[in-house]
Amino acid sequence: MEERRINVVVNEEPKSVDVEPRLLLAHFLREVLGLTGTHIGCDTTNCGVCTVLVDGLPMKSCTMFAVMVDGKSVTTVEGLGLPSELHPIQEGFREEHGLQCGFCTPGMMMASKALLEENPNPTEEDIRWGLSGNLCRCTGYQNIVKSVLWAAEKLRSEAGAISR
Amino acid sequence: MTTTAQPATSEFGRARKRKEDARLITGRTRWTDNITLPGMLHLAMVRSPFASATITGIDIEAAKQLPGVIAVYTGADLDAEQSGLPCVFPINADATPPRHVSIASDTVRFAGEIVVVVVARSAAAAKDAADAIQVDYDPLEPVLDMAAALTDSTVVHPDYGSNKWAFFSLDSAAADTGGNADEAIAAAEADPDSIVVKRRFRQQRLIPAFMEPRSIVVDPTGEQLTMWSSTQVPHIVKTMTALCLGLPEHKIRVIAPDVGGGFGGKLQVIPEEFLSVLVARRIGKPVKWTETRSESMVSGHHGRDQIQDITIAAKKDGMVTALKGELTADMGAYLGLLSPACPPFGGFILPAIYKIPAYKFTCTDVFTNKTWTDAYRGAGRPEATFAIERIMDELAVELGRDPLELREQNWIQNDEFPYTNAAGLIYDSGNYEAATARAKELFDYDGLRAEQRRRREVNDSLQLGIGISTYTEVCGLAPSRLLGALGASAGGWEHASIRMLATGKVEVVTGTSPHGQGHETAWSQLIAHKLGVPFEDVEVLHGDTQSSSKGLDTYGSRSLVVGGIAVVNAADKVIEKARKVAAHLLECSEQDLQFHSGKFIIKGTDRSTTIQEVAFATFTSHNFPEGMEPSLDSDATFDPENFSFPHGTHFCAAEVDTETGWVKIRSYVCVDDVGTVVNPLIVEGQIHGGLAQGIAQALFEEAVHDENGTLVTGTLADYLVPSAADLPSFTTDRTVTPATSNPLGVKGVGEAGTIASTPAVVNAVLDAVRHLGVTNIDMPCSPQRVWRAVQSARGAVKSTSEHATEAAAGGGLGSIDAQQGGAE
Repeated sequence: MEERRINVVVNEEPKSVDVEPRLLLAHFLREVLGLTGTHIGCDTTNCGVCTVLVDGLPMKSCTMFAVMVDGKSVTTVEGLGLPSELHPIQEGFREEHGLQCGFCTPGMMMASKALLEENPNPTEEDIRWGLSGNLCRCTGYQNIVKSVLWAAEKLRSEAGAISR
Repeated sequence: MTTTAQPATSEFGRARKRKEDARLITGRTRWTDNITLPGMLHLAMVRSPFASATITGIDIEAAKQLPGVIAVYTGADLDAEQSGLPCVFPINADATPPRHVSIASDTVRFAGEIVVVVVARSAAAAKDAADAIQVDYDPLEPVLDMAAALTDSTVVHPDYGSNKWAFFSLDSAAADTGGNADEAIAAAEADPDSIVVKRRFRQQRLIPAFMEPRSIVVDPTGEQLTMWSSTQVPHIVKTMTALCLGLPEHKIRVIAPDVGGGFGGKLQVIPEEFLSVLVARRIGKPVKWTETRSESMVSGHHGRDQIQDITIAAKKDGMVTALKGELTADMGAYLGLLSPACPPFGGFILPAIYKIPAYKFTCTDVFTNKTWTDAYRGAGRPEATFAIERIMDELAVELGRDPLELREQNWIQNDEFPYTNAAGLIYDSGNYEAATARAKELFDYDGLRAEQRRRREVNDSLQLGIGISTYTEVCGLAPSRLLGALGASAGGWEHASIRMLATGKVEVVTGTSPHGQGHETAWSQLIAHKLGVPFEDVEVLHGDTQSSSKGLDTYGSRSLVVGGIAVVNAADKVIEKARKVAAHLLECSEQDLQFHSGKFIIKGTDRSTTIQEVAFATFTSHNFPEGMEPSLDSDATFDPENFSFPHGTHFCAAEVDTETGWVKIRSYVCVDDVGTVVNPLIVEGQIHGGLAQGIAQALFEEAVHDENGTLVTGTLADYLVPSAADLPSFTTDRTVTPATSNPLGVKGVGEAGTIASTPAVVNAVLDAVRHLGVTNIDMPCSPQRVWRAVQSARGAVKSTSEHATEAAAGGGLGSIDAQQGGAE
């Protein structure tokens, strides 16, 4: 199949890569770029473990073609925070035991990031609905909700510190 | 004795944040599908779309010509080498399980069975080639219904000759653990002061639906064959690959790297593992197989799927006099690792927390043309717990009694432990009074009952129901001698070893194989607690048969109560060795030494040496006790004497909209007693996740097959794993009644939430609409089923309970129901 050149910024690094038009974004990230923090859990856009941010919006990368992110910017879990410098959402998931097996976690955290950008002070109900496109089989979600509330509070206090 | 105290160290009972999380939250994980080896090829499976058919032809020529295709194998190519997949707990001692092939040669027995394996340079090329293969089938009439299967008019395995695989029974009269249940029930039927209640419950078929699809990589290029697999049981996979495929055991290494959930669904030796080994060896190159979700749904084993006929007899004053459970359990087309044993296992715990004077349990395992069933979170105990907790509610209704009071009247009291239940299990400890009292307090039982009365009085369209489940379960698999007595071909011990490194750091090698449970954290806490080393100084090695040479893996809520005890027993041996060295270094007698917080102190003095100093002195061995080998390393294999019996009281308040059938869980309170606790954060997480899966069975999930045997809930769009928006927040608490069967006083926790919650929810739903005349709603209690039940009670439509044994589409919220469309 004829390949197409795409130019995409992934985790703030520009990439220029030739891809098959049928290559899914999830496969592009995992297999072409080696960013295996993005997972694949279903083929029907239900589970959300493949969630990444495309121009800041949460997208399920198993139901997008890589060619669709040409000219766009993609953020994966590897771009969320470093082991030495965790993002408050990552900290929140650790602090509140928001993960067990961890397979849904990257997608859950990316969806949380988009949620908190839109709504920095969510209620429990807001979080439950906001993350309803991401499935977790281990936690029963209660600690995920607490993790996001923890992160929201930290992000708000950081924003407050900056604005002061 | 129930206490809230924990052993007094800074580590035992501490809510440590998990060690595992650092890699999991930053994407630095090693799932099997992340592994890429030089020259690695990819497998794709062609699966039968028919539930029962004869293969009349396979055309692989077009596929072989496609770019990137290396090889295509059919059953005929591999049959001589594939042997059969193992069943280690057949229950039936009189017959050999029908051969469980990894790839079918001439007959397929369920939709999803593998008929061709394609090998190609990329996963996409393999998939393209699989699509280009033409398989011709001669479809046969499938056996789908258990009732039809029992007639044997069509048999799934003609060589075996019947669909009835095993018949298992427990009888308290024969076992001398009680009277004759049949006689007691007959007597009750004839006695005006007694009552007999009979109900049929349907345990729908479920799909484990772990989040990480299964994946396998096999590298045959080294001296040893190495397999990475997304499995709960790397040790079992290694041994079974050796035994079944005839490979020398010492030439196989199995690695379970990061594994994304299992819930019993990865407690299996799977066709794809054997086929990956066979193909990799033939081609001489590494191969990978990663399933799609749809493949996972049809070919990963399913769970539950039973018909339960339950009879309970009681005096009119509420004292239970007899209990009988008669089960029919759907095995599907083949027997997996533990398939035949899961439903009978429930028979041991059906008497639950109650004093049952006469008890009988029977279970018939039957074959059908469906995906095979096996362990799914709880494996036999959720079904049994559902049955007993539902029938106790039914008895309360028939007697006009408060369901909680009736339970209290019949339960084993705290001063009666240890207690031998009617099935012969010895409950070592329990305090049902304490757990129930705490749960009532948290739930506001009396306040909710008052609200329920008010809503009934005004005939509110939103009715309130209260559901109770006062469960106990049996876990911590398992005492080897008991497994042997029941015909298992393996034991239930667990192994651990401790390596004391020169610098005082510690490596713990465990035979358990975590996939979300947090063993790296909890085992580190155990070692820090025992040896007094910093938590951070402990590394836990697991899931690789090369480093962890001995183990029986993770399932049945066994890891802490069996594997964790092996860890502490090994630590005790390290301390005893270190004590000798410390006495030598301090020039005192061993008896004069006290070991506390990592230090050997000469009693009554300030002279001491640390375990780290002892470790370094052992490493140099310059100055070492005469005749002692220079090592502190120790191992231990622990075989429990008894199971572990967590218990608890769960309350569910459910609002049912009688106009729409919509069920909303308003509050869920549970107080569980899992003994002493190493890490309360992890324990609470296990309970939460367990509750979610139990509630999902009650309200959302069902594997539905159509009349051809096709799974119509084959994606996560149709099979309703609940999301955050579908579940409430739970109120959880614990009482602590230490187990007396192990030195830590711990009990298993992995399955308790699932086992307990399903009947609490269904009892709540029924309680909300019982006064309208509803007597039964099959699971899952979807809006449509609940609405139909209410309508039927009002005389508007045909009753759903008349379809008690049918699995109908539309069980879930998103499905379309043929019946609802007017097909009845």
